Amino acid sequence: MIMADNTSKHAESLEFVYDFYMKMKKNKINLAYEGEITHQITKAFTSLTESNMAKDQDNNSVQRKVFHVMVECLQNISKHAENRDRIVTSKDGRGIFMVSKGEDEYNVTTGNIIRNDKIDGLKKMLEHINSLDKDGLKKLYKQQMREGRLSDKGGAGLGFIDIARKTGKKLIYSFLTINSHKSFFVLTSTISRQK
Amino acid sequence: MKAIKKIGTDDTPSVILDKENQELMISGRSLPEDVVSFYDPILVWLDEYAEDPNEKTVFDFKLEYFNTASSKLLLDVLLKLEDMADDGQDVLVRWHYPDDDEDMEEAGEEYADIVEVPFEMISYELD
Repeated sequence: MIMADNTSKHAESLEFVYDFYMKMKKNKINLAYEGEITHQITKAFTSLTESNMAKDQDNNSVQRKVFHVMVECLQNISKHAENRDRIVTSKDGRGIFMVSKGEDEYNVTTGNIIRNDKIDGLKKMLEHINSLDKDGLKKLYKQQMREGRLSDKGGAGLGFIDIARKTGKKLIYSFLTINSHKSFFVLTSTISRQK
Repeated sequence: MKAIKKIGTDDTPSVILDKENQELMISGRSLPEDVVSFYDPILVWLDEYAEDPNEKTVFDFKLEYFNTASSKLLLDVLLKLEDMADDGQDVLVRWHYPDDDEDMEEAGEEYADIVEVPFEMISYELD
């Protein structure tokens, strides 16, 4: 009986791993992580992606943009994601982080839990950023750098603006309600591989 | 006055603040885990330097990459230099950028717009 149980568990696990593998392949995901986003993780992921890009001979400008976007996305999670469902007190937020590479573009996707009372403010900021053109973003960045203050977590309020400027594309985001207190926030940034 | 010399790492820039040899420079990559505690000694050093500066002050920025949190602290460094210029000191900022890096060039131009200090833009070739 124990044997049978083990075997069925094993089969289930095998199926899960294969399914997961196929999904990653299909979506061309070459990096996926769920957990705490520490400074060490940020450094490890950026240097890994950097060496992969160098191998693939993406041009310098694309490599720099991907690096920029990855750092800002990772720091957003590390500084802003809710970590409340864990009892352990940790200074770093957690979430999911993925990088996919298609023929024409890189996609950097983050997902993390946020408190519902923070959604309105965040939405307003993202909508505002998406409503601006290149010059508008530049103006906003300069204004925020001059007038904004560093938060106690070391955030400058510049991350989303920087992502929009570096990618030259609108930020794609959505909120999935989990319950009356919290939601799942997903952000995808796209970097074109065409110069 | 005591010089500050820090060798860069993969997430912190090299820093040289040497009054005697007239060398002031931040170069490399800047995404320190704690930006405030990294840049604080630099700002403190500049405060002290401003009390008795050299006849001419040239500050070189030669950054390959900096994150948004660092951009705010780099502005603080530049604002110290602006204060010195306001006090009638001869101050020049030299902003070095790789010749194929438009974003780094633009970042320099933006700082030049924000602070009132003479800025020189210098492109260099990456090896």
